[in-house]
Amino acid sequence: MTESGAHKHVDAHSGMGTTGHEWDGIRELNTPLPRWWLNILYATIVWAVFYCIAYPAIPLIQSFTPGVLGWSSRQSVNDELASLRAQREPIVAALSQASLDEIAHNPQLRTFAMAQGKAAFANNCAPCHGAGGGGSKGYANLNDDDWLWGGTLEQISATITHGVRADDDLSHAGMMPAFGREGMLDEQQISNVADYVRSLSHLPLPAQANLAAGAAIFSENCAACHGADGHGDMELGAPNLADAIWLYGSDKATIVEGLVNGRGGVMPAWGGRLDATTIKALTIYVHALGGGQ
Amino acid sequence: MSVRQQQLDDAALAESGVEIPLYASSKAIYPQSVEGRYRKIKWAILFVALGVYYFLPFVRWDRGVDAPSQAVLVDIANHRFYFFFIEIWPQEFYYVTGLLILAAFSLFLMNSLAGRIWCGYLCPQTVWTDLFLTVERWVEGDRRERMMKANQPFNLERFTELLLKHSTWLLIAWWTGGAWVLYFADAPTLVYKLATFQGEPVAYVWIAILTFTTYFLAGFMREQVCTYMCPWPRIQAALIDEWALNVTYRYDRGEPRGSLKKNAALKSTGVKTGDCVDCQQCVNVCPTGVDIRDGLQIDCIQCGLCIDACDNIMTRVGRPTGLIAYDTQINVERRQNGLQEHPVKLIRPRTVLYATLIVFVGSLMLIALATRKMIELSALHDRNPQYVTLSDGSIRNGYTLRLINRQAQERVFLVGVEGLAGARIESSGLPADSSGRLMVSVGHDQTLELRVLITLPVSRVEDVESQDLAFRAVEPISGAVTTVADHFFLP
Repeated sequence: MTESGAHKHVDAHSGMGTTGHEWDGIRELNTPLPRWWLNILYATIVWAVFYCIAYPAIPLIQSFTPGVLGWSSRQSVNDELASLRAQREPIVAALSQASLDEIAHNPQLRTFAMAQGKAAFANNCAPCHGAGGGGSKGYANLNDDDWLWGGTLEQISATITHGVRADDDLSHAGMMPAFGREGMLDEQQISNVADYVRSLSHLPLPAQANLAAGAAIFSENCAACHGADGHGDMELGAPNLADAIWLYGSDKATIVEGLVNGRGGVMPAWGGRLDATTIKALTIYVHALGGGQ
Repeated sequence: MSVRQQQLDDAALAESGVEIPLYASSKAIYPQSVEGRYRKIKWAILFVALGVYYFLPFVRWDRGVDAPSQAVLVDIANHRFYFFFIEIWPQEFYYVTGLLILAAFSLFLMNSLAGRIWCGYLCPQTVWTDLFLTVERWVEGDRRERMMKANQPFNLERFTELLLKHSTWLLIAWWTGGAWVLYFADAPTLVYKLATFQGEPVAYVWIAILTFTTYFLAGFMREQVCTYMCPWPRIQAALIDEWALNVTYRYDRGEPRGSLKKNAALKSTGVKTGDCVDCQQCVNVCPTGVDIRDGLQIDCIQCGLCIDACDNIMTRVGRPTGLIAYDTQINVERRQNGLQEHPVKLIRPRTVLYATLIVFVGSLMLIALATRKMIELSALHDRNPQYVTLSDGSIRNGYTLRLINRQAQERVFLVGVEGLAGARIESSGLPADSSGRLMVSVGHDQTLELRVLITLPVSRVEDVESQDLAFRAVEPISGAVTTVADHFFLP
């Protein structure tokens, strides 16, 4: 590499000057930059200087330079949220005024409530009930036609507001006693009544099943809540035992487990956590998932 | 000044021992006006192209009461693109892809037939620069006067001239930006809004941006856009072949060049002389400042003005025209070697290939346009839960349907399910016809999203994981039918 007299070498083929860098006889052409290109480069440098003065730019040890314009990304987000709230205010106000029935029959309010309900459901309900309200063992499927505590708009609203076995005076309170653990029924009796319950919904039974004994135990111990024919009672949250829907499962072991230890799933009361308008929107959304009652 | 000339200058500079500067400032070019055939073609294209650009937004096209009546409209707010009888939805953006492919192949075809037709006549940069140059000549005079004035001291007269020139340029640039935004909203309404300062801020911003780019690119950057900024000259240089017609200086006839007197004197002594009288007219009229006699070069846009200039001179000195003309490299070389000229060969493998691709892509697009469906249906199965068991043991699946009505009127669709015996379709609040199909009203030119539930009665439930089904939408008035296949999941 030769440095001296670098600028004076001219490439014979192109007639262009070279930078003076040479590797094994290969030289680098020194093609000049257009003036306008350089000007744009200088302009961006000037721009950067002013930008650093105007906007938050230089990190310090504990904080950063705030910039003379006082712009902040947090404030910008808050402003956008505020303007969104202002934009939604009329329809939110209308939603808070309207009754559930009015919302369900007003397409505009219903569409808005569905959108708001969907977001609120994803934030608050989906952890237990699933993203689409499909439920899982112990958590009710909200898409089917079976409602433990009632599926009308008012009933759904009440369940959401006050919860199930929750810390709320108006909460749904009934629960399945622990027949086995409390010593009310022995093992054989529990097995018999479990077979009987399975027979109500025509599930396969073992050959030695004693349905007569099971029926007797059922009418003594279970019928009070689940009804004589096992169709359940919404007032008490006692599920219908004669249908195809099982909150915990329809196999005998699961039914026996419920009889031994009792059941008492909890849903929080959302009345204190969510505002009334959001609960309305959630009610409309949940009601529409599988078509309420 | 051409890149080649600049390189030669730099070399001379280097030889003289002076340091080569690290940057090159642009050399001023003062193109002279010229009359002739190619100038006429350029005028015609300039008027037609700019006329179309500036006035097309005002052309009306009746699409019915509720649809926009503008012939060409990019309706961003409503996600529609209108072009006369064609209406494109966002999901049909592949039409635009097709147009871009057609544009690229047309460019290649033009190039292999007759070089840089695009650059010389059609490119917006060329057309607007031409217009700005015309204004410049009108205000400041032709080449000589402009060169003189550039070196004169600044005075009131000069100030008035410059003021007039730049304000005319800005006016054209502003109108250019103004016409651009008219393609994105109803033109007459927007003109009224803009004039009364009620337009959307974004409209003013775009007008400002395009005013600036037009003023800057056509007024100041000019040939530098072509030389430094545009990729096409590089690509073009790689695509050209010796059979393509190009604006060519026929050096076989022109060289050795010399002034009339000098060549006449030489000729009398029996030395061979060329027809080029070295009058520099071809260089003077060139908008990019190149010397066509150096051969094909990257900054020559092949606008043909040097042909006009040379023809005028040849006529005046009583020699045949066409010393500079559209010619092929191969013929110049053949004549140079005393061979017979080849007839111009327009049909060559590459032109045939490009033309075939153009016809192919064009036909695909026409077929797609002709078979475009006026109604459409798509289905999305609920992800969670995939199926729901009802209390009587029936199985229900949820779907989100999207019904598209591209017609200009509101239409009722009959949506049914088929391929799954016993399945029932329902959607809350929607009526059904006698055969159980949902009756859905979809607004004109709209998409409707609809959640439907399909229930399979317990008697039909089989022990399989999933079954096939299809949704079928019928629009009775036009008779259009569309189906979409999906699955029904079971426990």
